[in-house]
Amino acid sequence: MSFNTPLDLRYAESHEWVRVEGDEVVVGITDYAQDALGDIVYVELPAVGATFNAGDVFGVIESVKASSDLYAPVSGEVTAVNTDLEDDQAPINSDPYGAGWILRMKSSGEESALLDAAAYEKHVAEQQH
Amino acid sequence: MDTYEPPIFELSSPGKYGANVPDLDVPRAELPDDLLRQDDLAGFPELSEPEVIRHYTRISQRNFSIDTGMYPLGSCTMKYNPKLNEEAARMPGFAQAHPLQAEELSQGALRLMYELQADLATISGFDAVSLQPAAGAQGEFTGILAFHAYHLDRGDTDRVEVLVPDAAHGTNPATAAMVGLKVIEVASDERGNVDLADLKRKLSPRTVGLMLTNPNTLGLFEEHIVEVARLVHEAGGLVYGDGANFNAILGIVQPGAMGFDFMHYNLHKTFTTPHGGGGPGSGAVGCTAELAPFLPGPLVNRTADGDYAFITPEKSIGRMKAFHGNFGMLVRAWTYIRSMGAAGLRKVSETAVLNANYIRTQLDDIYPPAVDRICMHETVLKGQIAGATGIRTLDIAKRLIDYGFHPPTVYFPLIVPEALMIEPTETESKQMIDAFIQAMRSIAREAVEQPELLLAAPTKAPVRRLDEVRAARQPVLRYDADKFAKLRDSE
Repeated sequence: MSFNTPLDLRYAESHEWVRVEGDEVVVGITDYAQDALGDIVYVELPAVGATFNAGDVFGVIESVKASSDLYAPVSGEVTAVNTDLEDDQAPINSDPYGAGWILRMKSSGEESALLDAAAYEKHVAEQQH
Repeated sequence: MDTYEPPIFELSSPGKYGANVPDLDVPRAELPDDLLRQDDLAGFPELSEPEVIRHYTRISQRNFSIDTGMYPLGSCTMKYNPKLNEEAARMPGFAQAHPLQAEELSQGALRLMYELQADLATISGFDAVSLQPAAGAQGEFTGILAFHAYHLDRGDTDRVEVLVPDAAHGTNPATAAMVGLKVIEVASDERGNVDLADLKRKLSPRTVGLMLTNPNTLGLFEEHIVEVARLVHEAGGLVYGDGANFNAILGIVQPGAMGFDFMHYNLHKTFTTPHGGGGPGSGAVGCTAELAPFLPGPLVNRTADGDYAFITPEKSIGRMKAFHGNFGMLVRAWTYIRSMGAAGLRKVSETAVLNANYIRTQLDDIYPPAVDRICMHETVLKGQIAGATGIRTLDIAKRLIDYGFHPPTVYFPLIVPEALMIEPTETESKQMIDAFIQAMRSIAREAVEQPELLLAAPTKAPVRRLDEVRAARQPVLRYDADKFAKLRDSE
C-alpha cells in the first residue's frame, strides 16, 4: 500500500509530521497513521501554553479501532490547537497534512533531527512486516 | 432471515397495560405532592404483558452465546460453562444464604470459600488467596494497591512507576493510573517477549513493579520470565501477574514458581463461571506470604476447633467489595475445579494449547502470524491476505458472522497491524474447529475473488454493518423519538 508522504515535511518515528512555518512548527499525524488507525472519532488536545519535551505524550487520538497516544515530535510550547477537531475529526482522515493539522508549537530547531520523507517511508515499510 | 426489532417505545399503543389492579375497596387517599412524580411520562411505552414478553424474548434469542456456537474471542476464554455449575449454585443453602447471616449458620458456604482459596493457591503456587474482587480489572487494582501499601510499609516512599509491556491489556495501565502511579511502557522484542534491554533501562528505585501477562497477549509464553522477574526483584520492584491467560498453563507451571508476587484469576475465563452480561465476573487474587498481610479482607480461615471463620489480614488494604465477592461465581468455580480434578485441569490447558496451534498451522499460510512461534492457548494472525488489497481485518470479522461464528478479537494487541486474535478454548470439538478453519479459508478466497461479499457483511444478521464511526461521533444514548426519526430520514 502506498501513502502520501510530502517531501517538504519532517517525520517522527511515532508517525507525527512537522512543517516549519516561520518560527513555529505545525504538527499532525501522517497519512500512514490515519490509515492504520481508521476513522478518527475523538481527539484530546493540550492547552495552548502547555510545554512538552520531544517524545512526551501531548494528547490522545481515538479511532473506532483503538485509542493511541500522540507524541510531541519536538520540544516546545504549544501556541495554537486545531479546535475544529473537537467537533469534527474527519479532516484527520481526509486531509491529514492540511485541515487535519493538530497543533502549532514554537520551534526549537529540533525538527532537522527528525526523519525526512524517504527515511520515514522506509520506517513505515519496516513496520508493515 | 431474522429482522430488526424496533425499540419497545415504537410498539406502544395508548391505553394498553400489563397489570390488573383490583377495584378500590377503601376510601381514596392522595399521595402528598412531594411524593408524586414530577417529570413528564409522555411517551412511556404502553403494552400488554405478552407483547412485552415477546419483545424481550425475541431480543434475547439474538444473543450469540457459547451455548449457541463457537466464540473464539481471543483473550476472553469463551469456553463452555458446564450446567453442573448452575445446579450447584442453585442449591438453596448457597443461593438463599444471606451475606449477613451469622458465621455459625454459614459453615457450608464458608467451607466452600476456604477450599476454593486453598485450591486456587495450590494451582498457582501462592500462599494466600482473597476471593473478594468482582472482576479481573478489580483484581489488578487490588494487586497494585497492595504493592503500593507494601512499599510504603517498608518506608520506601519513592516508588511511583509501574512498568507495563506495550502488548498489555488496556486494563494494566488503567489500573496503575487509577492507583495514582505513573505508567512506563516496556517494548517487546522480535520474538514477542519483553525486551530485556528496554526493561533494564526502565527499572529504577522508582519502580513499584511490572505488570505482566504470561502467556502474553500475543498468545506466546514469555521465554525469559525467570530473568524478567529476577531483574524486577533486584530493582526492588514486584511482579504482578495478569491471570487473563491462565487457561494455558493449569497444572503445567505455577505463576508463583515463575516469580510472580501477586496475580488475579479470572474465574469467568479459566474456571467456567459465566461472562459479562451473564456474569457477574470474579477476579479472585493470590499472592506470596510477603504480600498476604495486605490482602483485602475478610478471608476465610479455619480455627483450631475446625470451624470456618472470617478474618481480616493485619495490614489489609481494606475491602474491595461489599460482603464476600460474587459468591455464586465462587460456587461455580469450586464445582468446576472439583469436578475436573488436578489431572483434568492439566488436560484442559494441554487441549486448549493444542487447539490453538492446530488453527495456527491450518491458517498461517494465508493469514500471516504476528510472530512465527508455537503459540499457547491463542494465536494472533494478521488479516493481510495476499492479493486482497481493499480488505481489512474488520471485513473478515464481519464475514465470519455470516458463516455462523462469533468473530475473534480484532485489532488487539495494538502492536500487531490488522490483528486477529483467535482463542478456540479446549471445549470446541475438532469438527467445530475444522468448520471454523474452512470458514476462514473460504473468506480468504472470497477476499480475492468476491471482495464485495466481505465489504457487505454481515448479510445474515438482523442488522447490516453498523456505522461505528457515526455511533462514536454522534451517539444517541437514550430513546428519543425525534432523533430516531431524523436518523431514519437521513438514511
